[in-house]
Amino acid sequence: MDFFIVQILTGLSNAAALFLVASGLSIIFGVTRVVNFSHGSFYMLGAFIAYSLMTVLPGFIGFWASILLAGVAVGVIGLIVELGVLRPIYKSPELFQLVATFGVILVIQDLALLIWGPDDLIGQRAPGFEGVVKIGDQLLPSYDLVLIFLSFLVLGGLWFLFNKTRVGILVRAATQDREMVGALGVNQSWLFSGVFFLGSALAGIGGAAQLPKGGADLLMDFNILAPVFVVVVIGGMGSIPGAFVAALLISELNVFGVQFLPQSTLVLMFVVMAVVLIFRPWGLFGRPEIVGSHGSQGPPEAPLRAFSGRLWLALAAAVIALTAVPFFGGTFLQVLLADVIIACLFATSLHFILGLGGLVSFGHAATFGGGAYAAALLVQFSGASMELAMLFAPFAAGLLALVIGWFCVRLSGVYFAMLTLAFAQVVWSVAFQWGEVTGGDDGILGIWPSAWASGTTAYYYLVLTVGLSGIATLLFMAYTPFGYALRGGRDSALRSEAIGINVRLVQWSAFIFAGFMSGLAGALFVFAKGSIFPTELEIARSFDALIIVFLGGVQSLFGPLAGGVVFTLLQDWLSRFEYWRLFLGLMIIGIVILLPNGLVGVGQWLRGRFGGPSNKLEEAQEEAG
Amino acid sequence: MYRKLVGLTAAVAMAANVMGTAAFAADTIKIGDINSYKRLPGHTIPYKNGAVLAVETINAKGGVLGKQLEMISRDDQGKPGEAIKIAEELFTSDEVVMITGSLFSHVGLALASYAGQKKRLYLAAEPLADALVWGKGNRYTFRLRPSTHMQASMLAEIAAENPAKRWATIAPNYAYGKDAVAAFKKALMAKRPDVEFVTEQWPGLFKIDAGAEIQALEASKPDAIYNVTFGGDLAKFVREGALRGLFKDRMVLGLLTGEPEYLDPLKDEAPEGWVVTGYPWYAIEEPAHKAFVEAYQARWDDYPRIGSLVGYNTILSIAAAIEKAGSTETEAMVDAMKGLTLDTPSGSITYRAIDHQSTMGAWVGTTTVKDGKGMMVDWAYKEGANYLPSDEEVRKLRPATD
Repeated sequence: MDFFIVQILTGLSNAAALFLVASGLSIIFGVTRVVNFSHGSFYMLGAFIAYSLMTVLPGFIGFWASILLAGVAVGVIGLIVELGVLRPIYKSPELFQLVATFGVILVIQDLALLIWGPDDLIGQRAPGFEGVVKIGDQLLPSYDLVLIFLSFLVLGGLWFLFNKTRVGILVRAATQDREMVGALGVNQSWLFSGVFFLGSALAGIGGAAQLPKGGADLLMDFNILAPVFVVVVIGGMGSIPGAFVAALLISELNVFGVQFLPQSTLVLMFVVMAVVLIFRPWGLFGRPEIVGSHGSQGPPEAPLRAFSGRLWLALAAAVIALTAVPFFGGTFLQVLLADVIIACLFATSLHFILGLGGLVSFGHAATFGGGAYAAALLVQFSGASMELAMLFAPFAAGLLALVIGWFCVRLSGVYFAMLTLAFAQVVWSVAFQWGEVTGGDDGILGIWPSAWASGTTAYYYLVLTVGLSGIATLLFMAYTPFGYALRGGRDSALRSEAIGINVRLVQWSAFIFAGFMSGLAGALFVFAKGSIFPTELEIARSFDALIIVFLGGVQSLFGPLAGGVVFTLLQDWLSRFEYWRLFLGLMIIGIVILLPNGLVGVGQWLRGRFGGPSNKLEEAQEEAG
Repeated sequence: MYRKLVGLTAAVAMAANVMGTAAFAADTIKIGDINSYKRLPGHTIPYKNGAVLAVETINAKGGVLGKQLEMISRDDQGKPGEAIKIAEELFTSDEVVMITGSLFSHVGLALASYAGQKKRLYLAAEPLADALVWGKGNRYTFRLRPSTHMQASMLAEIAAENPAKRWATIAPNYAYGKDAVAAFKKALMAKRPDVEFVTEQWPGLFKIDAGAEIQALEASKPDAIYNVTFGGDLAKFVREGALRGLFKDRMVLGLLTGEPEYLDPLKDEAPEGWVVTGYPWYAIEEPAHKAFVEAYQARWDDYPRIGSLVGYNTILSIAAAIEKAGSTETEAMVDAMKGLTLDTPSGSITYRAIDHQSTMGAWVGTTTVKDGKGMMVDWAYKEGANYLPSDEEVRKLRPATD
């Protein structure tokens, strides 16, 4: 019995830091609709700043003052990010801000490395709470009780703020209907900034308060990110009690999971999230989203235009240039361009559901890695040839997308994104844990091309042919009735249904088709690299595709191509410098602020300026006519 | 869109230009170094410092074959795919003669596969996976650092002498952790068939839930614990375990726990009385090692970690191999690496011809806290050759015959 009490208390204290960080994220999302990937970085900064403060502020008072000051400092940093990075792009397409926050992650990672150095820092113990409490014959660190108390304190404080103060009531109102609050004369900018300060400060305090349980290190940011998103989604985005209950649920499950199913720890929370979302698509305490009620979707997109003659010419020129590369470029240029083409195919397949379908997937790596693994496994276990494996991979990935899509397309918006993320994590953990078949994280090695394609130039032409065909097919599909139906479902599900389009079926088919193409990219990847590891199924891989699509421009068919070229080359070039993450982060932020419609926005801006119709309506009429 | 595509073509052409300007220095031998300098800087920066020190020392003495050595270091972001791309670039654009480096096992394995396919020499410096030289070994891949199997066997030898019968293990849930537990179990069971493994804990790498893990370990009432966690996980495990009395009256073994990279961040909370593999650089009296420590401290104003020693020995090995081969031609260097013997600060090592594993050993000792710092005492250097399987067993483990 004592054992179970101690287990439950351990779970409760683990929930504390998670709840603090998650509540901050939840508040920020609820009001500003920004999916803030850099929230984990704020948590990490809180730990580092408090660590430094504690070395100068001694004793009991110093300890708690450090935690509080770290919270304020991180709140101010959050405020700077909000004012400097996010404010200029609130009017951009939905979820565009996440690219900027990804840039912030990179910048903070390198700054933290610069300031605090590479070594792990072990947190100071809390003065007065160094010991243990005896519960029966079990021991529990007394600081665990402090953390439990702290989480209830914050929960109570937030409840008071949101229910008993005017500011809090305004924030809640803004969570429900931002436009209406604005129309009633509330200054939204102040509300946004305040909320960002509060949310970031909570993350900072979370990071600082866990110091006696662990420390500060440079991997904290990504390590907390996934659990925090899981908690926010299970609880319901924007709901504080939801975040609390979900943090508790996850932590307790984890504690008992460790006891009874030690291997389960990697995937448990994602399975829970998937189950919750399947039965309660808006989380335990969330409310259904009203489509279009959140204003950040930007103006409706202009319809797609038919390819002009000049465009055909430019495309032909590009293809000829790429074909000619082996005649004038070095070997490495071919390797690099093969990577670029694979990235473009991967991103274009994501754009198909994201841009045309309005379905923002955070788990597109599942089909990319899935295709790569399918090809590698076929070669490994049946000795199949490269040609057969490449043919097989997209179908396997499509099948995977069929299963995942069946669950996911019932949801929309951020909940769709998170469910795809959950499934991608489940696929990842299968590859990671099932060592006998997939080789675990030692991967599958020795998956090289057939003899005829094993030379660098030969494989480059293979990637060029297959990759460009894939991209061309994806572009072509946008102009088929299927593509039109997909776009119709994105712009108005109601009207599409009314004219007899089965929106969900169309979306599901698109999801499968995109998975098919992404699997093809995965197959090209695995034979280019000769091996496959679970890293290709990681969240970071999905993020790569998202960043490419958003950076390039969601609203243009050519966005993912522009993004793929720029992002891959930029990363390759910058990674030669020591603090390349700082530069890459700053460049991403710069691009995002200067080109709120993505890279292809430049082209549109130029055309608008130097000729051709600039008015979207005119363009539409031109095409219709 | 038209202009954008023109831009795209221009970007491609620009990239071609950048790639074309690779320098052609005639009088240097270039070595490509690929490591996770951003993912785990706490480990890889000391490694790089050790390697740079060796390059400078060798060059000051006139270089190799009358040419200066040049090391080109690149960050692989901890991604195997990225490492392969960089390897391609190092060979084709920078014209390095061979590649070395890497810490993560999966990156090391990817590079080994690449080396085998492209017939290029790869000296894996730090990755520990046994498969690197055995199951997935190939003609073109060699490894310096003592592998998981070797280090686990060293600890199993000590475990076998202890009366403890009920063993518990805790290891990060990934390949290295699984290998380390499997190797330890096998080696211990061979010597002591009477022991029993009562629980195995598998926290996610760098995601340990220390309180829960310790509760679970405690509940199984073990006599002794075998720990493979490291880094931030180790810190949390040690602090929480000491608080909850997990280590009282129990033998605890720690794989790699004595390495400065892992022991030093713990400061005065370093565990006392654990038997660990590690690197007591402060107490090794051999003149060659003392000279290495002095040179390292003079160059970097910092003390060496185990990574520093591995980095230093890596470059020494490469220089010795090129010297022996008399050329930088790949096949000649590979032949030279087989059976290559050289003197290093940690003693003489040999790259075994049969499996390309070096015989560099490790130090095994007991941890204690002195002057607010974790230290190793009562340590002994364990020769790597004594912890490698017999030739006959290696032939079974290693499909590659070359």
